[in-house]
Amino acid sequence: MTRFLIVVVLVLLLGVGAYFYLNRTDSAEGSAPPIAGAPPSAEVLARGEYLAKAADCIACHTVPGSGNAFAGGVAFRLPFGTLYSSNITADEASGIGSWSDDDFVRAVREGVRKDGEHLYPAFPYTSYTQMSRSDVLAIKAYLFSLPKISQADKANDLSFPYNQRWAMGFWNAAFFKSQRFAPDPSQSPQWNSGKYLAIALGHCAECHTPRNAGFGLEHGNELAGEKLQGWRAYNITSDPQHGIGAWSNSDIASYLTAGHADGKGSAAGPMAEVVENSLRFLNPADTAALVTYLRTVPAREGKDPITIDAATAPAIASNNAGPGGGTANTDNSGIKLFEGACASCHQWNGQGQQTPYASLLGTRGVNDVRGTNVTQVLLHGSDMRFAGPNIFMPTFGDAYSNTEIAALSNYVISHFGNKQGTVTADDVARRRKGL
Amino acid sequence: MKPVSGSPQDKHDDVDLSRRHALQAGGLTIAFLWLGGTGVASAMMNARRQPGDAAASLADGNPPFAPNAFIRIDTSGAVRLVMPSAEMGQGIYTGCSMLLAEELGVGLDQITVEHSPPSDELYGIPALGGQMTGGSTSTRATWPVLREAGAVARTMLVSAAATNWHVDPSTCTVDRGVIHHTPSGRSLGFGEVATAAAKLPMPDKVQLTDPKDFKLIGKPMRRVDSSDKIKGATQFGLDVRIPGMKVATVMACPTFNGKLAAVDDIAARAIPGVVDVLRLDNAVAVVGDHFWAAKQGLQALHISWDHGENANLTTQQLRDALAESARHGKSIVARNDGAQPQGTTIQSEYQSPMLAHATMEPMNATVLVTADKCEVWTGTQVPARAAGEAARITGLTQDKITLHNQYLGGGFGRRLETDWVEQAVAFAKQVSYPLKVVWTREEDIRHDRVRPMYHDVISAVLDANGRPVWYGYRTSGGSVLARFAPPAMGKDGMDSDAVECVADVPYDIPNAKVEWIRHDMPPGLVVGWWRGVGPTHNLFVVESFMDELAHHAGKDPLEYRRALLQKSPRALAVLNLAAEKIGWGGQPLPARIGRGIALGEPFGSHVCAIVEAEVTPQGEVRLRRVVVALDCGIAVNISSIEAQVQGGVLFGLSAAMFNGITIKDGAIEQSNFNDYRNLRINEAPMVEVHRVINAEPPGGLGEVGTAIAAPALANAIFAATGVRLYKLPVDRDLLVQNADALKSVASAAAHTGRNVT
Amino acid sequence: MLSLSVNGQSYPVDVPDDMPLLWVLRDVIGLTGTKFGCGIAQCGACTVHLDGQPVRSCVLPVGSIGNKAITTIEAVGNTPSGQKIQQAWLDVDVVQCGYCQSGQIMSAAALLQRTPNPSDADIDAAMSGNICRCGTYVRIRAAIKQAATGKLEILQTIVSAPEGARS
Ligand code: FES
Ligand code: FES
Repeated sequence: MTRFLIVVVLVLLLGVGAYFYLNRTDSAEGSAPPIAGAPPSAEVLARGEYLAKAADCIACHTVPGSGNAFAGGVAFRLPFGTLYSSNITADEASGIGSWSDDDFVRAVREGVRKDGEHLYPAFPYTSYTQMSRSDVLAIKAYLFSLPKISQADKANDLSFPYNQRWAMGFWNAAFFKSQRFAPDPSQSPQWNSGKYLAIALGHCAECHTPRNAGFGLEHGNELAGEKLQGWRAYNITSDPQHGIGAWSNSDIASYLTAGHADGKGSAAGPMAEVVENSLRFLNPADTAALVTYLRTVPAREGKDPITIDAATAPAIASNNAGPGGGTANTDNSGIKLFEGACASCHQWNGQGQQTPYASLLGTRGVNDVRGTNVTQVLLHGSDMRFAGPNIFMPTFGDAYSNTEIAALSNYVISHFGNKQGTVTADDVARRRKGL
Repeated sequence: MKPVSGSPQDKHDDVDLSRRHALQAGGLTIAFLWLGGTGVASAMMNARRQPGDAAASLADGNPPFAPNAFIRIDTSGAVRLVMPSAEMGQGIYTGCSMLLAEELGVGLDQITVEHSPPSDELYGIPALGGQMTGGSTSTRATWPVLREAGAVARTMLVSAAATNWHVDPSTCTVDRGVIHHTPSGRSLGFGEVATAAAKLPMPDKVQLTDPKDFKLIGKPMRRVDSSDKIKGATQFGLDVRIPGMKVATVMACPTFNGKLAAVDDIAARAIPGVVDVLRLDNAVAVVGDHFWAAKQGLQALHISWDHGENANLTTQQLRDALAESARHGKSIVARNDGAQPQGTTIQSEYQSPMLAHATMEPMNATVLVTADKCEVWTGTQVPARAAGEAARITGLTQDKITLHNQYLGGGFGRRLETDWVEQAVAFAKQVSYPLKVVWTREEDIRHDRVRPMYHDVISAVLDANGRPVWYGYRTSGGSVLARFAPPAMGKDGMDSDAVECVADVPYDIPNAKVEWIRHDMPPGLVVGWWRGVGPTHNLFVVESFMDELAHHAGKDPLEYRRALLQKSPRALAVLNLAAEKIGWGGQPLPARIGRGIALGEPFGSHVCAIVEAEVTPQGEVRLRRVVVALDCGIAVNISSIEAQVQGGVLFGLSAAMFNGITIKDGAIEQSNFNDYRNLRINEAPMVEVHRVINAEPPGGLGEVGTAIAAPALANAIFAATGVRLYKLPVDRDLLVQNADALKSVASAAAHTGRNVT
Repeated sequence: MLSLSVNGQSYPVDVPDDMPLLWVLRDVIGLTGTKFGCGIAQCGACTVHLDGQPVRSCVLPVGSIGNKAITTIEAVGNTPSGQKIQQAWLDVDVVQCGYCQSGQIMSAAALLQRTPNPSDADIDAAMSGNICRCGTYVRIRAAIKQAATGKLEILQTIVSAPEGARS
């Protein structure tokens, strides 16, 4: 009996030891490779602003259209509840005005806020942990230079046990490693800059890397694509068939800076926001660095790989104003919806009338038999207001039923992707909820 | 819109005053004639009255022969007809022209038509108390007046010719603008006798053409406005271009009754082409060299709104309060034949949503305000009212206001309002140039004056055979009439529109109690007329309920109705005709395809619609075919009748299938055709129109098809699925066959439903 | 300064590249036959032809047009298909308020141009992008068929074709 107790205590001690070992902090300040848009010579505020954009802080911390920059309140719907981002303006009471440099650095790099409570990894400290202290503090200086906004944080709405913040310690022990960016001397400086932009600041992996059952990133499957908030973040490895290996450098650069690459696709949903809030502000040298790095991400097939047919018979047989022969056996209600609400812009040959952004041929959306992003764009539309003329698609989710959106998605997949889509009304219902 | 009842008699019917007489009579008489102003007490249209002042005469070119407000003939023989009603698609310019031309003796190809200037006096519709186009009244109201007006003119022209020839006028004939004296082989064109005819006294009595001799009336005539419309040559309000004009677009506070707090316009003013930023207490406009600059400017504004008392208003709050008032609120009784008898009682509750008009042409007006005058160009169903509002806002007297009415790119009751004209005048007052204010579609929907929402409780007491011996009806909703024409409200504050088509039903049901509970919307949520208004929801409720009763009695809905129509031959006739044309009771229909009947007597016509619809396992509704039987009495233009019924039915089906205005945070949620959906050609069924032919006085048409569409659809859906729809628009979630259907890949082709003949 | 070729005439216009063709036509050049209904390519009221192909001018940036030939409702009657369509529109008495009809005719003329004998499915594909609030769809379908076949489409209640005035 006593022996049993000793074993129990030993196991517990070992467990506690392991817990603290796995939760240990990398105390290194870290150094960043050169970032063309934020050279060391620049003013700290200018650096901070650029880095904050590169890290896309605003997207999560500003309710779109509210005008309350960085005051938080953006909802994140997760399978186990809803999280709200916090106020990171310098307001003392409701924001982070009272935080010291160390408080801020700990939060950004370790996911622990000033009062010692764990943050949820919806906040990408898992990536930001790679940032240098000097970069983190430049961002803090920038945030503190902006108007303070008094806006109390919204309480999260999470179910048990996910509402137990302390439990995140275990999650961190399992899936998080505090660690600064380590340059690879065997690669070019440009590549290293690109990697820092991608994995530390841009936190691409947070969306594009598959997650395991514990919601941790599968590092062995880096950037091979994942689904989140009802959208699909595509495979951006160098796989030529399923990733972006077949894209030219300028395709990738154009996608990153303008949200569109001819014949490849247009950003929408969360990715459009990333372009709008973050990537388009990158200095061309930084964009080029990012491209250089992305090209070297090992090719992976990823889950539910998408095979692109960029010249589908039904679309090729069509002209801009009418369908070709291949539509006769397609879904009746999908084609009706397309001819009514969609063909005017996208056109039957998928070329897009008013802007190349509306072209559909060769895009991954219409080649994904699950139609995840097609459905989302139909439900929520798209609105990019930065690349010259407004790139705008109306929302159809309010007046069109789940069945209609499903039928339309499947039609689009068949006509422009030459595949049998699998979208059901139930799928659309789930995607409406962001699941 | 329904007719306003209780308008006073035209007190001046017997004032026989040609324009020239009026000019000679001068001062007092003219003042007397104009005294009515826009009020209800003014005189209404008359076959013998002319504009009473020289300015008006000058303005319309001082035609030598103008025996009344509708006809102008030049010495060249050119005939201009001035249209008392506004043309918004209903074909009234053609109908009015046919009435005038028939009696005048000209062909439709020999005339040109003109919009009327604002004047209740000359163009007021007695039933509406003013110059308005609405309530499906145009043909009903103008039918006697315009024929007589044409005959008056012809009589005078013939007299002039007869006097010239020294022959008896009765020996002369008229054909295509030429007067013939066959015995002597002489003839004179209208132009040649115009000046002489103008000097003749107005005839007291005129001989109207015998209907059997009609050359135009009752024939299918091509519309007089088509040839310009197919070439893009017709000028709508939106097409007005005035030298020096600038174009503005507007954003008003999205929240009902909200106010403008502040605008930062620095970025907007920096946009090339932006000219000005103007403010009202609840709206801001950006003025540009063209619409695009204005719109870009509007997008660049940073506006803060004071959202006011409605900031948290939602549709659900309104719905709940409305339901409560329908069930328990204090009512105004429209009809009560005594105590509710004992017996089996059936009761149901129905809900109808708010609806937007979404006229194809968004709201717009062009206005020039100077120190001493105001000119307005807009398409309106109420020219005199609009001019009155312009006077009120500018502080100018009525005679300083010129309103140029335009062709309307759809009305549907939206243009019975004047809100956008008022707003445009208020903006234009702030600038020196002519200002064209154009609403975006988003603004047009968010600031529509919506058809009210309703909650209705209907019940019936049945005899042993399932026949109703009594029905009860409690309808709750806001009142359009109370705001629009307060004097027209009935006894105890009754709004006759609220109970039209339910206070009286064609069915032989001995007793009834019909009540209206007035339930006004919060301030700022203004409800308005909408093609069919009251009857659109009352017929939805009554005719859905009749189907419920038939179902309860285990009877075929056609037989059940027939048995109750033995005292209403005109209703029975349209029911039978529709049933025959669709082949009711023939081959059984495939599964999930059903036919629904709706019967009613809206707007003075008798109509039966039968819709055939298919409901897919996922609950999607496909419209396959619609058959309408109509008795609208004497037909003026049967081509227009068919078009109006087809268009009205599709308008009503579009709303029933898709439309409902909803409110969140005190603002309308819908904004454009992506979320306020409209039936498209590939969703539209064939609509067959059949007529019961008789010589009864003409009934209304513009709203008849709209009012009868929804219940026929709901009954068809019931027949197809067994699901009774208690609210509109169609809730497709209720029609899903089973949960599995939603798990199947959405690509199974439905029966292709269209029936094209 | 852009130069646009509209209805066979060249118009120099000094406007931003991203300005939609619709507003250049209506507010700058002064051709108001092309209508504004939604501004988001959902209603078709603004349809014009670009080298004979129907496009929604409300979302078409002028800068992207180059030297393509623009045809509007004002001149579509000069093309054989446009003329046929307009005549059928008159014969079948399609028009109601008429506001959507410029767009309807432009879509129909383009359809007839590429598919001289359209089936119902062809008509749907070409015309479903054009909304008519007045509900003239039944007659639009009839008129397109009449224009294509030259055969009189008999309207339901009207045993003869509508009579024009005698001439
Ligand atoms: S205005 Fe261009 S499609 Fe509606
Ligand atoms: S004719 Fe009025 S919108 Fe089509």
